Amino acid sequence: MIGDRVAVVGAGMTKFVRRAQETPKELAWEAAHLALRSCEMTIDDIDAIVIGTAPDAFDGVHMKSEYLSDGCGAWGKPVIRGYVGGGTGVFAAIQGWYHVASGLFDTVLVVCEEKMSSCRPHPQAAFLTIFDHTTERPLKPNLLWIFALEMNAYMNRYGLSKRDIATVSVKNKRNAADHPAAMLGDPDITVEDVLNSPVLAWPVQRLDVSPVTDGAVALVMSANHVARRVTDRPVWVEGVGWNLDTAYWTNRDLAYPVYVEEAARMAYDMAGISEPRKQIHIAEPYDPFDYKELHHLEGLMLFDRGEAPRAAADGVTQRDGDLPVCPSGGLLGVGNPIAAAGLMKVAEIFWQLRGEAGARQVPGNPKRGLAQAWGDLMQVGTVVVLGV
Amino acid sequence: MIRDVAIVGAGWSGFRSITPELSHKELMYDAAVRAYEDAGVDPRRDIDTFVTVGEDYHEGISIFDEYVPDQLGAVQRPVQSIAGEGIQGLAAAVMQILTGRFDIAVVEGHSKASNILTLPYILAFAMDPVFNRPLGVHPYAIAGMEMLRYLAETATTPEECAAVVAKNRSNALFNPLAGHGASISIDDVLTAEPIAEPLSRLECAGHSDGSVVFVLAAGETARVLSDHPIWIRGVGWANDTFWLESRPWGDARYARAAGEMAFRTAGIKSPAKEIDFAEIDDTFAYKELQHLEALGFCSRGSAGEWTLEGGTALGGEFPVNPSGGALGEGHLLDATGLARVLEVVLQLRGQAGQRQIDAAEVGLAFGWRGVPTTAGAAVVLSN
Amino acid sequence: MDEFVYDSVYLSSRDLREGRVLFETWQPNAQYAWDAGVAISRYLQEFKAGKLIGRSCPECSRVLVPPRMFCESCFCPTDDWVTLEDTGTVLTFSRCTITWDLVQLEEPQMPAVIEIDGASPGMGIMHMLGEVDPEALAIGMRVRAVWKPADERTGSVTDIAYFKPLKE
Repeated sequence: MIGDRVAVVGAGMTKFVRRAQETPKELAWEAAHLALRSCEMTIDDIDAIVIGTAPDAFDGVHMKSEYLSDGCGAWGKPVIRGYVGGGTGVFAAIQGWYHVASGLFDTVLVVCEEKMSSCRPHPQAAFLTIFDHTTERPLKPNLLWIFALEMNAYMNRYGLSKRDIATVSVKNKRNAADHPAAMLGDPDITVEDVLNSPVLAWPVQRLDVSPVTDGAVALVMSANHVARRVTDRPVWVEGVGWNLDTAYWTNRDLAYPVYVEEAARMAYDMAGISEPRKQIHIAEPYDPFDYKELHHLEGLMLFDRGEAPRAAADGVTQRDGDLPVCPSGGLLGVGNPIAAAGLMKVAEIFWQLRGEAGARQVPGNPKRGLAQAWGDLMQVGTVVVLGV
Repeated sequence: MIRDVAIVGAGWSGFRSITPELSHKELMYDAAVRAYEDAGVDPRRDIDTFVTVGEDYHEGISIFDEYVPDQLGAVQRPVQSIAGEGIQGLAAAVMQILTGRFDIAVVEGHSKASNILTLPYILAFAMDPVFNRPLGVHPYAIAGMEMLRYLAETATTPEECAAVVAKNRSNALFNPLAGHGASISIDDVLTAEPIAEPLSRLECAGHSDGSVVFVLAAGETARVLSDHPIWIRGVGWANDTFWLESRPWGDARYARAAGEMAFRTAGIKSPAKEIDFAEIDDTFAYKELQHLEALGFCSRGSAGEWTLEGGTALGGEFPVNPSGGALGEGHLLDATGLARVLEVVLQLRGQAGQRQIDAAEVGLAFGWRGVPTTAGAAVVLSN
Repeated sequence: MDEFVYDSVYLSSRDLREGRVLFETWQPNAQYAWDAGVAISRYLQEFKAGKLIGRSCPECSRVLVPPRMFCESCFCPTDDWVTLEDTGTVLTFSRCTITWDLVQLEEPQMPAVIEIDGASPGMGIMHMLGEVDPEALAIGMRVRAVWKPADERTGSVTDIAYFKPLKE
C-alpha cells in the first residue's frame, strides 16, 4: 500500500577483518544467511534483493553485483545494485525501503559486501581513478590528499586543533572493543596515541584513518503486514534522504558538507522531525576519518557549525552521553569495508533500538536513531532515520 | 501497479560509433536538455529524484556517479546510480515514484564505448576470477556456447538467426538515429567470419556512443505536463544464476522471470495478444529469438521460423526491433535497454517516421546485461 | 546480536607468503582514451600557450574554472571564454609524506586547492605547491603558477609545474 510503513526485521554480518579467506560471494552469503536466520526466514520468503557494493576495483570484478548475485540469494529473483560510492551502505537501506514502499515487494534482502584485500598492492589503487581523468589525474593524486585538504579547511575555519579531533578516534576505537565483529577495538587507546601516530598527509595521521577491511552486512526489510507477523519488535524506517553535490569539488566550500544537510532535511521532513537535537537519540554518522564524524554531526544539524568538537570533548557523544555517537565503534573501530560499513551503521541502530546491542547498549531506551554515510568525491550524503 | 507512472519527456544524443567532439558530460547534457524541453520541466526546480545507469569499468572511473549531477541539472538533489541494465534504472525511478514521495523522476544512461580501448578485456574482467577467468577464453565464447545449445535444444537453424541480422540492420536504414543500418543478406551473415562458432561476426552488435534521458511523472502530474504521456504499465527484472557451471544454456530463464513480473504488474494475461510490438535485446542475433520465446510471444523453438517468414518484420504481425535494435543502432553498453525503451516511446507517440507501426498501442522493451550475466529487465508501455 | 556475527576466517600475511591458502591473480587490461570535449580541450590548449581560462555563465555571472559548456547551477549554456590570471590564493593544502601505496617520501608533496584570480570567489583548481618551506604553508597564501618552458608543454595540467608563493 502507498505510504505503508517499512520495517527492518533482521540483520546479520560477518566479522570485519583485514584479509578474509572467503571469496566476496562467500562473505555475502555469510551475512545474508545470518540476517535471514535472525528473523527466522529462508530465502523463499524474500521477494527481491538489493545489493550495495563500492568500486569494482576492490574485489577485482567488473559488474561486481552480477558475480555477487548468487551469494546474495538472488538466483531467480529481481536484483538491483545501487551505488553512490562511500554512501552506498546507507543508500542500500534506502533502496530496500523504496522497493518495499513501492508496493511491488513485501520483503527484501539488502546485502552489502566489500573485499578490499583483493586489490594489490594496496586497495588505494581503486581510488586513483576517482579523480577527473583529464584535469586532475595527471597530477597523480592519491586519496589521502582530498581528506587532508578537507580536514585542513575544516580545522582552519573553526580554529580546531588535532587534539580536538583525535578524541573521536579514541572514543570509537574504545567503543569497538565491545563489538564482536570489530577489527580495531582498543579499550586502552589514548589521545596521545593518535597524536603520536605517523603523519600520512598532514593533518591526517595514521590513527585518524579507518582501516582497509573485508566484510559483509545484510538486512531484511519488510512491509508492515509482514513485519508484524515475523517480529514483535520491528524497527521502522521513519525517514530517508540522499543528496549529491557538484563534481567540481575544488569549487566547493570544503569546511561544511551542505549535501549532508540537504539529505538530513529530506529525511527529517519525511520523519516529521523539526528539532533533530531533541528527537534523535542516537547517531551513527560516517567516520572513515575522525574529523568526518564531527563534520557530519554538524551537517546533520545535531550540533552548530564548528561546535561538534567541543561537544565531543565534553563527553556528549560518549556511549553514556546525551547523544551517543557511533556506539558501534564506527568505521574507525569496527572497520571500513566501504558499503558494508555503511550498512553496519544501519544494523547498529536496529540492534540499539531493539535493546540487543549487548555490551554496547546505550542507556535510556533510545526510541529513534540515525545512520548516515558519505562518499563519491566528498559529495554525497545518505541518511536513514529508524524508530520504534 | 498501484500508482500511475508515465514517461513525459525523452531525450537522446549521439547514437554514433564515435563522438569525439563531445565529452561524456557534454553528450549527457545534450540528451538531458532535449528531455527536459520535451517534458516542459526545469530540472533545477521541478525534478524530485535522479537515477543514472552505468558501470565503473565502462567509464574508466571509480565511482562514476561522481561525474553525473552537473550535466543533468541534479547538483544538490537526490541522485543515485544503478550499476545495472538501463531498464533496471528505469525500474528504480518507477519504484521511487510508486512510494508516493516523489512526483517527477529522471533516469539517464549513456555509453562512451568508443573511449574504451580494451573492451573485450573489460568484459573478461566480469568473469568469475577463480573458476573462469584463468581459462583465458574470450567472453563471447559464452555466447557461442549458449547459441549452440539453443539451436540444439530447439531445432532453430543458423539461417533463422541470420534473418534477425538482416531484418534489424534493414530496419535501421529507416531510423535516422541508428548508425549501423545496412542491406545485408542471410548469406552475408552466414559467410561472415566466425567469432565463436556458430556465432558469426555479423551476429554480434557493434558499439555506439550515446545518451538517453527520460522524465517520468506520477499520473496526476503527467496529465498536467503532457498531452501524450506514455504510461508505464508494468516493470519486471530478474537474474538467473551467475555460475557458468550450472546455468541453463539453451533457455533464457531470466527473461521469462522478468517478463512474468512485468506482465503481472501490468495486469497482462496474454502478452502475445495484448502487446502490439516489442524492442528486445539483440546483442547477439540468437538472443532476439531466445528472448522472444522466453517472454512468451511465441512458443519455444518457433521464433526463428516466425522471423524467417517475416512475422517480426516492420510490416509483420508483431514487429520486433523496428528501431533496428542493438544490431542496427549499435550497443550502448548500460544504456542499451533505455534505447529499446526510447523506440517504444517514439512508436507509441507516432513519432517513428518511416518506420512507424500502425496502431501501436502497447509495446514492450526488454534489456539484457550481456555476457557473462544472466540479468534481464522488461517494461510494458502503452498510450 | 553476537550470534548474528559470522566467524569469518582471518588470514595473516604469512598464510599467503607460505602458500597455506591459494589465490588467483589477474592484471586487468583497462585502457581508455577519453574525449576531453569542447570546454576542456580549449582549457588544455591554453595551458600550452601558458594561460588559464574559464567560462562565464550568462545567468548567475559566475566565472567558472575548470571551464564547462554549461552552468551546473543554472543549467544553461555558458557563453564566453574569460582569460584568468595565473595567480591565486591557497584555499587549503596538505603535506603528503607517503605515496598511494604507503611508501614513505623523502620530500613531502604539497597538493593544494588554489582559488584562481579572475574567476569567481571559491573557484579553485587542484594543483601542487613548490619553492616553499613546507612548514611555512598557510591557508590564504598568495601564489603564482610556475610554467614549464614553452617547448616542454604538452597541453596538460602539468604544463604548470607548480604554484609558488607570490611576493607582493
